[in-house]
Amino acid sequence: MALRVDYEGSNDVGVFCTLTNSYCLVGVGGTQNFYSILEAELSDIIPVVHTSIASTRIVGRVTVGNRRGLLVPNSTTDQELQHLRNSLPDEVKIRRVDERLSALGNVIACNDHVAIVHAEISQETEQALVEVLGVEVFRVSLAQNALVGSYCALSSQGCLVAARTPPETQRELAALLQIPVVAGTVNRGSELIGAGMVVNDWVAFCGLDSTSTELSVVESIFKLGEQGAPTSISNQLRDTLIESML
Amino acid sequence: MQSLNITPSVGMIACCECGVAITPNQANMCSGCLRSRVDITEGITKTCTIYMCKFCDRYFVPPSAWMRAELESKELLSICLKKLKPMLTKVRLTDACFVWTEAHSKRIKVKITIQKEVFTSTILQQSVVVEFSVASQLCDDCRRAEAKDFWRACVQVRQRAEFKKTLFYLEQLLLKHSAHKECTGVKPVPTGIDFYFAKQQEARKFVDFLNTVLPCKYHYAQELISHDTKNNTYDYKHTFCVEIVPICRDNIVCLPKKIAQQFGNMSQIVICLRVSNVITLIDPNNLQLVDVQGTNFWRDPFDALCGPKQLTEFYVLDVDVIDNFERKAGHGYVSKRHQLADVWLVRSDQVGMSDAQTLSARTHLGHLLSPGDLVMAFDLKNCNVNNATFDAMNNENVPDAIIVKKVFDRNRRAQKRQWKLKRLVVDGNIVGNETASVADEFIGFMEDIEEDVLMREKINIYKDQEKIERRMGEATDDEDEVPDAPTLAEMLDDLNFNDDEMPPETSGNVGEEDEEAMQE
Repeated sequence: MALRVDYEGSNDVGVFCTLTNSYCLVGVGGTQNFYSILEAELSDIIPVVHTSIASTRIVGRVTVGNRRGLLVPNSTTDQELQHLRNSLPDEVKIRRVDERLSALGNVIACNDHVAIVHAEISQETEQALVEVLGVEVFRVSLAQNALVGSYCALSSQGCLVAARTPPETQRELAALLQIPVVAGTVNRGSELIGAGMVVNDWVAFCGLDSTSTELSVVESIFKLGEQGAPTSISNQLRDTLIESML
Repeated sequence: MQSLNITPSVGMIACCECGVAITPNQANMCSGCLRSRVDITEGITKTCTIYMCKFCDRYFVPPSAWMRAELESKELLSICLKKLKPMLTKVRLTDACFVWTEAHSKRIKVKITIQKEVFTSTILQQSVVVEFSVASQLCDDCRRAEAKDFWRACVQVRQRAEFKKTLFYLEQLLLKHSAHKECTGVKPVPTGIDFYFAKQQEARKFVDFLNTVLPCKYHYAQELISHDTKNNTYDYKHTFCVEIVPICRDNIVCLPKKIAQQFGNMSQIVICLRVSNVITLIDPNNLQLVDVQGTNFWRDPFDALCGPKQLTEFYVLDVDVIDNFERKAGHGYVSKRHQLADVWLVRSDQVGMSDAQTLSARTHLGHLLSPGDLVMAFDLKNCNVNNATFDAMNNENVPDAIIVKKVFDRNRRAQKRQWKLKRLVVDGNIVGNETASVADEFIGFMEDIEEDVLMREKINIYKDQEKIERRMGEATDDEDEVPDAPTLAEMLDDLNFNDDEMPPETSGNVGEEDEEAMQE
């Protein structure tokens, strides 16, 4: 299911929010609307945590995480780290990384299995990704866009990249990630996919300007909506199941 | 080695509005969606008003011009587009054309095609029809005509002289330079001519012209017609009063002693040879010539002692040409065209009488005179002169008579004349030629032209074709003596078919005519 939300008037919800399969971080804002919507959708399943990182609310751009862990930049204060530690489930590992490209959300996009990263991040960060998030790391760039975190959104089901990404790059990416990749837009034609939406394996939040066409693209590539329902598993896996029985 | 050229291929994406497959662009929208979302004609008014004067069928071109334009002409299109121009600053106009409307509908439809960059490197093109309604508004000229308010500035040319020769000369100059073409009216008054202009600048230009061709001075006055203190606008009628020097050709002038000395020790009594842009004075006693600039004249003005009307006719008894005249050091420029002579005169009505008074005079006309000729002279000995400078003169320096010019047979001269001058014609009437005496003065002016080459050079003289043809038929029995008239080389062909004067409407074409006029 894909939802339209806005964060205090801004369509760039990916800037203020980090969403994974086991937790959700929301930047501390002036109003509670955004938080309330997310909480209504998610709080039954995963914790929605109000936090700031390095005293800023752009948590989505400076952190990166998945089901297993969370990386925060070096500028994160001890207090914030302590708050995160207290709020997140115990099995989620948190690590502060000393990365020159400190907007981790902009340079890294990951799901629970793989991460695509900016070509120039340090070896230590790559190591941290492997250790904390338990993912395979690929250094790529999306054609002219080196900031992979800003220009793509990734879940275990699919990957949405910026509209101008050439088909060759898309195919290459699909081969690396082993998930379908499609080029598209959010927020009525914006190419900043990572900044304009957040997604995990069963829900996506897009900016308020996103058109129905864009939402349908998002739903189909990330296999949200009906495809996420329990019955769909038998449909999706039907061929596999039948094949295994034969 | 081969260079590797990688051209990035472009994939297709779904249009963010309608989902149709498109190549990615700046807006990531298909052109249809883009057009439906963005209206580049926004801010362009679809209806406009342009103003037309119904009297002269001219369209108003802001800020103040009026232009004649046919329907569906490019002039009209430019007027319409000028009206739209402020709204078209943000867009690029690529095409404009008229959409047909009924001629009397007072509606003009213009279809314009505009382009605008809606996002970076995304240009949208759109056509829009703008309807102009033609509103009626009286133009300034027609309003003036309706209100009988034809002029804004007036140039009053005045000469305080009883003789109009300088004004005739001015008339010829105006015709030659067509300086009067901006005039809205010309009105002769007893002491000069009034020229009316629609604009102050035109009048000022005219005054400048007068200043270059004649020694004159002017003063300026303005009359408040109406004013609006709220807008700080004031409406004036401007008047330039131009005063031409009162000295005329053939005037005898009595110079103040100091000025005579400044002019190179001239005699105090001199004759005005001509008035062009300077006053040319000649001293009949020693042939000294001086050109007095207008500015110099107005600094120390002097008056004419007598005009042509006070001259009397004398009979030349004897002429004694002076060949070796001794000059003192420090004399001024000496005329080489004239010849100094001592002449004995008797009044022409007393010739043969025993008690006739014989006068002696020294003259500059020695080259023209021979015994038996008639001359016009001023009898200083026997007349009452009312002039302070003259009264202060030492009696020893006052000659008996001053010979001004030689008399020729007027009729024969008029017969022989093969040329003519144009006249300034306003509303079908020759300006300032109402009376017989004025007409007579004009003939006198023509005679002056015949006698003066320098004056001829400055004006246009036209062949009198009728006269030339008539004289061809006649036997030429010319032993009679008349001054050297303008030669054919000096005359211009008049292009008029009916030998009429130029009507004022076409007087603006005088310049073209001059170009075409063949100088034989």
